[in-house]
Amino acid sequence: MVPFGDVASALAALGIGGFNDTSSMRLVVGSSTQPNALNQDLGGTTSTSTWPALGAISNTLSAAGGFPVPEPGTGLLLGLGLCGLAGSRRRARRWSAGRRRSRSGTLGRLRGRDETAMVAMRRELSGWGRLPVVEGREEVAEELEAASARAQLSRGLGRSYGDASLPASSTDRVLCTRRADRILHFDPASGVLRAEAGLSLRDIHRIFGPRGFASPVLTGTAYVTLGGMVASDVHGKNQHVAGTLGAHVRALRMRVADGRALEVTDESEPDLFRATQGGMGLTGHVLEVEVALERVESPWLVAETRRADDLDTLVDTLQSESRRWPHAAAWVDCTTRGRGMGRGYISLGRYAARSEAPSAPPRLRERVAVPFDLPGWVVAPWSIRIFNTVFHHLHRNTGSRIVSPQPFFHPLDFVRHWNRLYGRRGFAQYQCVLPHSSDGRSVQRFFEVLTRLGGASPVSVLKNCGPEGRGVLSFPMPGISVALDLPFRRGHTQALVDALNEVVIESGGRIYLTKDALTRPEHLRAMEPRLARFQEIRRKWDPDGRLRSALSVRLLGDAA
Amino acid sequence: MGRALARRMAARGDRLFLLGRDSEALARSARDLEARGAAAPVSWAHCDLLEPEGFEDALDAADRALGDFDALIVSAALFATQEELEADPKRRAALLVANFANTVQLCELTRARLLARGGGTLCVFSSVAGDRARKPVVLYGAAKAGLSAYLEGLDHRFRSQGLRTVTVKPGFVRTSMTEGLAAPPFAGDPDSVAARVLRAIDRGDPVVYAPPIWRAVMALVKRLPRALMRRASF
Repeated sequence: MVPFGDVASALAALGIGGFNDTSSMRLVVGSSTQPNALNQDLGGTTSTSTWPALGAISNTLSAAGGFPVPEPGTGLLLGLGLCGLAGSRRRARRWSAGRRRSRSGTLGRLRGRDETAMVAMRRELSGWGRLPVVEGREEVAEELEAASARAQLSRGLGRSYGDASLPASSTDRVLCTRRADRILHFDPASGVLRAEAGLSLRDIHRIFGPRGFASPVLTGTAYVTLGGMVASDVHGKNQHVAGTLGAHVRALRMRVADGRALEVTDESEPDLFRATQGGMGLTGHVLEVEVALERVESPWLVAETRRADDLDTLVDTLQSESRRWPHAAAWVDCTTRGRGMGRGYISLGRYAARSEAPSAPPRLRERVAVPFDLPGWVVAPWSIRIFNTVFHHLHRNTGSRIVSPQPFFHPLDFVRHWNRLYGRRGFAQYQCVLPHSSDGRSVQRFFEVLTRLGGASPVSVLKNCGPEGRGVLSFPMPGISVALDLPFRRGHTQALVDALNEVVIESGGRIYLTKDALTRPEHLRAMEPRLARFQEIRRKWDPDGRLRSALSVRLLGDAA
Repeated sequence: MGRALARRMAARGDRLFLLGRDSEALARSARDLEARGAAAPVSWAHCDLLEPEGFEDALDAADRALGDFDALIVSAALFATQEELEADPKRRAALLVANFANTVQLCELTRARLLARGGGTLCVFSSVAGDRARKPVVLYGAAKAGLSAYLEGLDHRFRSQGLRTVTVKPGFVRTSMTEGLAAPPFAGDPDSVAARVLRAIDRGDPVVYAPPIWRAVMALVKRLPRALMRRASF
């Protein structure tokens, strides 16, 4: 280290003067002795301070070598520059990748497009279980009547679990109805609502709840469209009292396969009307639905819970309590073997009278969302068992309490995108109805098979069902319905579903097509004597087989 | 977005009158808005941005139905990608005329009426595409840029006389217009855009970006050097 004072004296001795504290030469000399240009002010020529003492960032390079430290300033600029480049490159890449995708998918149709025609985007489509995932073309349109002429199938919000709303092939076109959601007529005296098929149950709550009306049938999720509800002939916790939605549908406006748009009622076209309820969209495109809403004094509910420690008690309690409560369903832990098998709790409810309920309306709150797919190993038999045990102990017998309709009717909506919890592998939903057997043990036998084969379902729901609906393929029948989530394990899940279907066939029951992804066609034929009648009606209204879905190809023998 | 905005206004009981091209669709939308709470009856009239000779009649019909309206919202526009417009001169002409010249004509006629009544609100949907020219939306953005400049001019010239202009600049919003395009980051949904726009109309904010992040995004994009814009593909 060379103090500047020495340099100044040495230069003065040579006759070169003028170097002092105030001359700018001090900076040049100072900076020339070390590579770090930031610390330039030495604090004067008379200073004896060394660079380290002055707080230099780096030591000087000595003749013996040292290490060069880059200017901090350079480092900062480099860093900013790299970030800037990386950022713009990433954004450009994402946008250009997006444009590439849309170019390949839509360029072929661009020429024919004008501002009113909608473009069908080629993309991956799946049901809620994300099993299977197929490629197909989906078009979202606000004017269903025009758009349905070009599509082989309609779909709503895609809450069916398997392949019911998926196209039969990658060239088939699916019409998504979610933007066609206008209310066409509502009569407050009778509660009859007529709306486009894309109106969702959630919107019906929001618009008609405050006016004292509710849908007569409420599914586990409110993110379903009227058209979808008709196609599945949905049921809810009150099926044993109110039946399926089809019982409350007055009329449909449909576009059938030959291109005609018809008003369809039980009087005008009974076979088409009944085949469409539960017909999985295979009889035609539903454009408008006319349904009778239920008048309720208050949107709030009075609810109670009963705990049961084993399956027999659970089934008995469910049956007996259903006689006194219009809304009843049970959640079951089917992961425990032996004595605790089939323990669970029964959820009961009825609409509150105005005097019992708060006058303020219930808030439809926004829910949390699962932001991304969880890895597949998270939902596994061991974690499911833990979940079930915790869930069971959380619920005890409770007295009457007032609850908001949203968590009571739509527990599935509590967490948005909850299907991501199962990861990319997806899951299979399985729902069947088991008629009451002479020995009263059909449900027990079902669960014995399930647990013997190691099937574990995090959420298993039991519902006692009442009389059949008038839909040709309507799902419920008197008996107990069992609904399971089965995380998908290659090979194992298919074998499990096969075995369960054999139990169902033996009991004389059937499965719910809206949930189905894995059933074999021969099993469906064995459990559904109504299939022949359904296919006959389809052939009458669609002799060329223009309307079809991935489900109809898998189960009904349609050509792909 | 127009539909979402109309529904929000209906939910608070506003009196509405619809202008559009398809009478059948307008009739259904009118009934839908009545069912959702708009003051009955909601009527409509034919109005096409490519037919400027029909503007006066449409505005007259609105005046008759609403008893001299106090706000006009223009949410209609043509959209096409840059490739489509470069390839098709007729479409290009239609888009440029409808989105800029004729929209300005409609606004001028409305402005005159509103000023004669002592004031009112003119809310027009422009776009962030008008803030800075970008490769994928050169033509569409140019028309929107002109429209934004006109609306800003109106604000400068007539605000003191009671005319409030609200220029809505949506970023990419998932609507039927953009169906078929891959959504970039910060894509919005029509209902939240509608909520923001309604608040801006009530308050008289001159410019609204929806979703709000686009204000920051475009501020950055406006400052990017030309060399970068030439090389970028956004």
